[in-house]
Amino acid sequence: MKQKAKLSSLIFALLLFFSFNSIYSQAKVDYDLKAEPHVHKTGADHSKFEQLKKEFKSPEEVTAACLSCHNKRGDEFIKTPHWRWEQPNKDDKHQGTYMLGKANVINNFCIALQSNEPRCTSCHAGYGWKNKDFDFADQNKIDCLVCHDNTGTYKKFPTMAGYPVTKPTVFKGNGKTFYPPDYNKIAQNVGLPKRQNCGTCHYKGGGGNNVKHGDLELALNKTTKKVDVHMGIDGQNMQCIECHQTEHHNIPGKLYTIASDNSNRVTCEQCHKGEVHADSKINDHMAKVACETCHIPVYAKVNPVKLSWDWSTAGKFKNGKPFKVEGPFGKDTYFTLKGNFVWGKNVKPDYQFFNGTASHTLVTDKIDPTKTVELNHLNGSYIDTASKLIPVRIFHGKQIYDAKYNTMVYPKLFGKKGTGAYWAEFDWNKAAAAGMKYAGLPYSGKYGFVNTVTYWQLEHMVSPKEDALKCADCHVPEGGRLADVKDPNLYVPGRDNNATLDAIGVILLLLTLAGVLVHGFGRYYFNNKSKGE
Amino acid sequence: MKNLIYSRYERLWHWLQAFFILLLALTGFEIHGSYKLFGFQQAVSIHEFSGWFIFVLTVFTYFWDFTTGEWRQYKPTKEKLAAQIKYYTYGIFHGEPHPTKKTKLSKLNPLQRLAYLGLVGILIPAQIITGFFYMYYNNQATVFGWHVGILKSIAFWHVLGAFLILAFVIGHIYLTTTGTTVFSNIKAMITGWEEIEE
Repeated sequence: MKQKAKLSSLIFALLLFFSFNSIYSQAKVDYDLKAEPHVHKTGADHSKFEQLKKEFKSPEEVTAACLSCHNKRGDEFIKTPHWRWEQPNKDDKHQGTYMLGKANVINNFCIALQSNEPRCTSCHAGYGWKNKDFDFADQNKIDCLVCHDNTGTYKKFPTMAGYPVTKPTVFKGNGKTFYPPDYNKIAQNVGLPKRQNCGTCHYKGGGGNNVKHGDLELALNKTTKKVDVHMGIDGQNMQCIECHQTEHHNIPGKLYTIASDNSNRVTCEQCHKGEVHADSKINDHMAKVACETCHIPVYAKVNPVKLSWDWSTAGKFKNGKPFKVEGPFGKDTYFTLKGNFVWGKNVKPDYQFFNGTASHTLVTDKIDPTKTVELNHLNGSYIDTASKLIPVRIFHGKQIYDAKYNTMVYPKLFGKKGTGAYWAEFDWNKAAAAGMKYAGLPYSGKYGFVNTVTYWQLEHMVSPKEDALKCADCHVPEGGRLADVKDPNLYVPGRDNNATLDAIGVILLLLTLAGVLVHGFGRYYFNNKSKGE
Repeated sequence: MKNLIYSRYERLWHWLQAFFILLLALTGFEIHGSYKLFGFQQAVSIHEFSGWFIFVLTVFTYFWDFTTGEWRQYKPTKEKLAAQIKYYTYGIFHGEPHPTKKTKLSKLNPLQRLAYLGLVGILIPAQIITGFFYMYYNNQATVFGWHVGILKSIAFWHVLGAFLILAFVIGHIYLTTTGTTVFSNIKAMITGWEEIEE
């Protein structure tokens, strides 16, 4: 008997050991990546160079001075999309390789570059791209300073095709005064791009801070870990270029609103390699779920982001004058020049399976105006092995299209009276005609407004791990983060079930229960009866 | 008369299995989205641990069954099968005695043999297997090159198994009351000794 007792305790101990072991042998030390401090050594003290002490009459002279020493950098730069605003592109919707980029894409913010250059190219790393005649081979037109100014004083004027002002000038758009740059001081204090440099353009796409991206905005210049775990000055305090590691002026990072193929991307896995979570089940998720999905729980954490833009309501006047309506977050919900907007803050992303390739609707493509036009489309599905679930910002627009030819339209928005510019004449027909003529494209003279969407992957403003999504954010029957992810092959435990099976199962349990109850009552009844006899 | 029916290991196995089956059902149906109790993450951890526990317990018990020859208890027999069915559907209501006598050598009646063989020999191992496929479905995609969409069918079989086992549990608990007295069967499973009707 004693031996038996020993045996069973031994067996019990073994059972416990194996069971615990099976679970906890998978546990690893929690991941704690320490970013290597990227010490960028400054090569030379630029304040000592005679070339940079001379009086500069134009920004092109500064560029010439830069290139007089950095004599190969111009060759590099003029090949990049930052200069050309287009690159060879392939997608499954169009045959062969074609050029795509900001130069010719249609979006649902300010729609298109062509015929609007002087306004848009205030964010071009160059000087003077005001029309089709711009010479992309002229290296003196490169703007070195917008990226390399380390004084934080260099400003390009919003409507001057990339030029800074030559005398103090007020920008009517926001009432701010722009001053001529102190070229000597700036040129003598150049260095590697800081976040402020990248942010000059990348924070303000679409005409204002955080309008376009939702995860790239002014707040990142000086932020906390809570907002951006990488860039928080109380944490790793990383610069943009520590992830966007650049060689020969090729800045990696793919934006699928202006490009389609899976190349030159920046990924979390550049640093966060392997099985990074302590919990093996969470590591399993990494096969189908991108890091960003859980680690970017919301976007527009600090300042609001634009969620939709309806151009069709533009052109209303109050007492003969353009007007604005202020809405939530102190942001305009209507402006005569642009139409209606909706803004949001701490917005939950949408989610899609994405395989790293996209396709685009070009201005020459036929569209179906009865449906929402996807100006870009992210490819992917659950069963596609290259696809992972990513967080997406879906931006909704309503914008002009050619109602007879069923194509999208490049409208001319910016310009003086008499040019057809919408912002001067408020006539969509003229704006469409002027824009399309400029681009050498047909316009029928009939226009309408069509609903559009653009899809933006969210990559920035990664939250600290304690703010990451929890299991039950997705694994819930209703109202979860994945409620709208309807992939026929996807089965999310806790969200999905087989309704027929569940119904049959419940009926089976109820019948069993009813069966034993009837049987039990039967026994009780007959038992009493026989006792009574 | 009191007979020793269940050995110490059998009783230990039975109650561990009972406890973990209930825990698995409780956490499993939470994972299934039927209700909220432990919280999804906690439910998954408990479920995975319990699943592993049941797996190891089952392997041990199979080993025990074969080394001790106790597997013969599950051998289906036609002898007295009809009598047993008649007892449950008629005799039990009219105070007739059990048609089979419970002894240490033959503790299961012909219907129990079938039911427990179904549970221990088919349902539980099937549930363990679909459970492992469920738990490690990612690896199947990489190891066997299976479609990740397989989770949908794995979940189907696993949930079906859960319903069947749960239905067994309901019937099983009820039938414990059909011994000499209402609690004599449960008492036997706790102490090992059972009062057998003469």
